[in-house]
Amino acid sequence: MTVTVEGTVTAKDASPSKRSRILMKGNEAIAEAAIQAGCDAYFGYPITPQAELLEWMARRMPELGRVFVQAESELGAINMGLGAAATGARVLVSSSSPGFSLMAEAMSYMAGSETPIVVVNVMRGGPGLGSIGPSQSDYFQAVKGHGHGDYKVPVLAPASIGEAVELVATAFELAERYRTPVILLADGILGQAMEPIEPQFRHPPRQVFDWALTGADGRPPRVLRSLHLQPERLEEHNNALQAKFREIAHTEVRWAGEQLDDADLAVVAYGTAARIAHSAVRKARHEGMRVGLFRPITLWPFPEAQLRELASRPTAMLVVELSAGQMVEDVRLAVEGRCPVAFHGRTGGMLPTPDEVLAELRRLAATVRAGGAG
Amino acid sequence: MTAAVAPPRVIASRPELLTDRSTHYCPGCGHGIIHRLLAEVLEELELAPRTIAVAPVGCAVFAYDYLQLDWVEAPHGRAPAVATGIRRVRPDSFVLTYQGDGDLAAIGTAEIIHAAGRGELITAIFVNNGIYGMTGGQMAPTTLLGQRTTSTPTGREAGLAGFPIPMTEMLAILPGVVYAARGSVSDPPHIGKTKAMIKRACKAQVDGAGFAIVEILSNCPVGWGMTAPESMEHLSEVEKVYPLGVLVDRSATPRQPSPPGGS
Repeated sequence: MTVTVEGTVTAKDASPSKRSRILMKGNEAIAEAAIQAGCDAYFGYPITPQAELLEWMARRMPELGRVFVQAESELGAINMGLGAAATGARVLVSSSSPGFSLMAEAMSYMAGSETPIVVVNVMRGGPGLGSIGPSQSDYFQAVKGHGHGDYKVPVLAPASIGEAVELVATAFELAERYRTPVILLADGILGQAMEPIEPQFRHPPRQVFDWALTGADGRPPRVLRSLHLQPERLEEHNNALQAKFREIAHTEVRWAGEQLDDADLAVVAYGTAARIAHSAVRKARHEGMRVGLFRPITLWPFPEAQLRELASRPTAMLVVELSAGQMVEDVRLAVEGRCPVAFHGRTGGMLPTPDEVLAELRRLAATVRAGGAG
Repeated sequence: MTAAVAPPRVIASRPELLTDRSTHYCPGCGHGIIHRLLAEVLEELELAPRTIAVAPVGCAVFAYDYLQLDWVEAPHGRAPAVATGIRRVRPDSFVLTYQGDGDLAAIGTAEIIHAAGRGELITAIFVNNGIYGMTGGQMAPTTLLGQRTTSTPTGREAGLAGFPIPMTEMLAILPGVVYAARGSVSDPPHIGKTKAMIKRACKAQVDGAGFAIVEILSNCPVGWGMTAPESMEHLSEVEKVYPLGVLVDRSATPRQPSPPGGS
């Protein structure tokens, strides 16, 4: 494969006249998508299962005259990102679960000082050092709060490498539009697997920022800060942040549905779990079950209104996650008891099989028929 | 009849970079002196319009209220990493970090050592007053043996709390560091020498030579339980543990090839 600077990735020997699909590893596709989206600087630290993302950047960024630094730690990486982003640069930082925990501190500072940055977390099994297998055990961390303080950041969860490529550009757009960190939440399978993708990279246009630190040359000084010692001032700042979060929640919800129109059972899953659920839904349909798939793409803002609407029909939901049950809490909050919500999850890097999910669907269907509450 | 009187000769005035306001610093605190030195040097070298400064966590976080520059707040100890990010994406900028001893010598040891190790083109101002001032006077890594603090109420004992860490000596041995010096604000002659060190450290960045650091021994009258004059006199004791002078000056040596994004 050859990669050109101008913005197209072409498969070697592919005819330039027909649109070619290329095979790319998830970590590398995410990295290249960031480059194509105009990423000025990348900072990272080696950790499995996202190391190829750093390695891709190590080769490509210097080629393009852009910034790559392998930091001394994830603390170093995210704070280099903070500094670069404070100047208005388009910045990507990536890590995996234990490393992302170290980044939580700076995430809070950047949410507070409203500094845009895109952070990729290719999740692995936890807690602690855990395993390097695919997992979704960091949903709470990504969605409910990585660092201290009252804040939220958009969390984008691709279910394929092609979608990850698209969402990288979206992540930069959201980060800059709302002056916020944005998380791209992937897992070990999305990072490590190879899939054919269409090299349709987006290049979000540049904006001029009236907050970026460029040196106080002929204008008043600018300060990017999160410290406001007067309680009145800090509450005012928090109110402004909350207003921004409400706007994001109102405007930026993304989700996908499959075969939901006639469904009386819905599987709710995101990312790799949704790929498994997709197979289970197909199998269930073959058996004549009316099953659909609801797939949140933004984990925050969570598609709660859409789920609530789905739950107002005679239906039951099965939440499938690569965790002990995290997103299921948000599903239950969204549906507010309107329908039974069951859960199936695997942990530690283990994956549920489609047949396993199918068995859970049969069990849920039987419970619903028997009038149980799931 | 009036005699012709020559207009008064101005021998000192407030640098324009300093805001015209009283500071939040305690009476007698050395930060005010150091802020002024920085303002003078940045004006003399005409660096202010392209300066991006990094504020620490600690008393000096409010430096942005007094020095009229673009500033970003770093999380505790992370200023050298933040500065790295800035300098790499804006090679034409002048990047300054301002850190205390808790910030730089305790929680931020990894960041300062690796920024220095990479030879980042930044100028680090390291204010060492041997104590955590903002949080009420606890022991810092730089606290002298025997010194009483609120977390060493009977005095720092090496067996319990280890020895003072000479950060600047440790940094000076790294090849990426082209200038490392230690000054003091104990009296006007020392203040003058410290200003010369700051200027040299700034020029090292302007010349693209490499990483430069100036440690400045300063006081904390409240944290030390002393009057302001007593605390200034006490600096002569501190100087016995942290000797003053230029530890290394390789800033005239041409720099190795620049990293991409560097200058």
